[in-house]
Amino acid sequence: MGEPMVKAESVHKRFGRLEVLKGISLEVLPGEVMCLLGPSGSGKSTFLRCINHLEKIDAGRLSVDGELVGYRQVGEKLHELRESEVSRKRAEIGMVFQHFNLFTNMTALENVCCAPMRVRRLARGEAQEHGRALLARVGLPDKVDSYPAQLSGGQQQRVAIARALAMDPKLMLFDEPTSALDPELVGDVLQVMRRLALDGMTMIVVTHEMGFAREVADKVVFMDDGVVVEAGEPAEVLGNPRHERTRAFLSKVL
Amino acid sequence: MSSSEVTDQAGRPEQIRAVPVRRPGRWIAAAIVLVIAVALIRSVATNPRFEWSVVGNYLFDARILEGLRVTIELTVIAMAIGIALGIVLAIMRLSPNPLVSGASWLYIWFFRGTPVLVQLLFWYNIAALYPKVALGIPFGPAFVHIDANTAITPFTAAILGLGLNEGAYMAEIVRAGIISVPEGQSDAAQSLGMTRLQTMRRIVLPQAMRVIIPPTGNETISMLKTSSLASVIVVGELLFAVQNIYSVNFKTIQLLIVASIWYLVCTSVLYIGQYYLERYYGRGATRELALTPLQRVRLGLTSIRHGF
Repeated sequence: MGEPMVKAESVHKRFGRLEVLKGISLEVLPGEVMCLLGPSGSGKSTFLRCINHLEKIDAGRLSVDGELVGYRQVGEKLHELRESEVSRKRAEIGMVFQHFNLFTNMTALENVCCAPMRVRRLARGEAQEHGRALLARVGLPDKVDSYPAQLSGGQQQRVAIARALAMDPKLMLFDEPTSALDPELVGDVLQVMRRLALDGMTMIVVTHEMGFAREVADKVVFMDDGVVVEAGEPAEVLGNPRHERTRAFLSKVL
Repeated sequence: MSSSEVTDQAGRPEQIRAVPVRRPGRWIAAAIVLVIAVALIRSVATNPRFEWSVVGNYLFDARILEGLRVTIELTVIAMAIGIALGIVLAIMRLSPNPLVSGASWLYIWFFRGTPVLVQLLFWYNIAALYPKVALGIPFGPAFVHIDANTAITPFTAAILGLGLNEGAYMAEIVRAGIISVPEGQSDAAQSLGMTRLQTMRRIVLPQAMRVIIPPTGNETISMLKTSSLASVIVVGELLFAVQNIYSVNFKTIQLLIVASIWYLVCTSVLYIGQYYLERYYGRGATRELALTPLQRVRLGLTSIRHGF
């Protein structure tokens, strides 16, 4: 495989005086699944939000599919992208949130069809047909007309995954997708994600599910305090961590 | 006590039929309210000076109905201007551009800070300030000249005064609605590739409506009554029509009762409209959609028929 799907070089991000990312460098190849692990506050979620430009980075370079995120390079200078250009790039990256963030005033099907119709200008019939197929794919063919408030957390998260997939993304970002779920609902969501990985989707997953990371990830990255402490194959990082901080973290969560 | 005592033959637990707690306070309060109500009704019905026949005669008088029409027209147009302006001002106020948000702040500060009656009189007399209004290129040639004295009729002055004032209040209501929508909703919309404007229009505003509607209903009811201030600048609305009549026949109280009846009828209609609007925008907010009063009555009837 040639070009990496995501390439980060010394990415820095600060909120006011708080430096959240202190130089993150990593690569994700097409079709790869990368799990980001680490204690809360280590900058995992912030880094994820930088990838689709929900947050602006302050220093370093971050590119998706060979193109810089949020900027265009002309000669030596960086030019900020216009809003429409940023939106067009975001449309190609799916994102799943810890708290689902389903549109509460819309049914499951409307949630899934909204962006294809408004952003891709798909006809209603076509969008709905595609939407129904996606809801069936995440195991919810009978919840088409349910509002988010009528669904369990696990069902909501699967609708959220279907909503992201409706835009045919080339990259999926998962921000602690199972952290807000009751334990018995976690399995269904992970099952959907596992199948997605098998289908060859490029995925970056921020998670505390060590079993999922061990089984599905091609690469595991352990972050702490805004830096990458350790990266490598799951068996290596999880089974035989070299760094003291990784060992301390794993001993608490495993 | 054996378990057979709390279950019926089928083994289900028996319905509890307990003696309710006595509430003597309620009986006393009910008696007081009843006495006051009877006294009030009796005095209203028997006092001949109310002259209810006069009220009846004028209730559907053509001049009164014309005034009512103008009142409704004023309310609808001023509220439409207020809501449209309020949405624009609220979005401006939340803009990251300090010039835009500052302009919105200044507008709200000015129009909320001065009495609406003063604003009405101001617009009514605007011709004194700008006798001629010209449309054209700023500092350049003008294409249209308008004589302010003829363009600003009392009705337009009332529309401007009430509408622009309402815009300032609606802006704050809309802003409250917008910031009540969790940030995650915009995050999700933007991550799907929607622009800021699409996110606002398709995702945030529809959800904000749930918070915006109740105070907007309040504002509409308030506007219906505030529109009576336009009588000061000789707009022929309901109060003006009533004043015109009683200044001739001196049946002041009777005609004010006529006006009050019509104001009450209009606000009651608005109550109903607001109920259904709230229900529409409440979709998805609760697991079950609240029943309409009609559905509730129907449900009550069927449950009575089935003997509960």
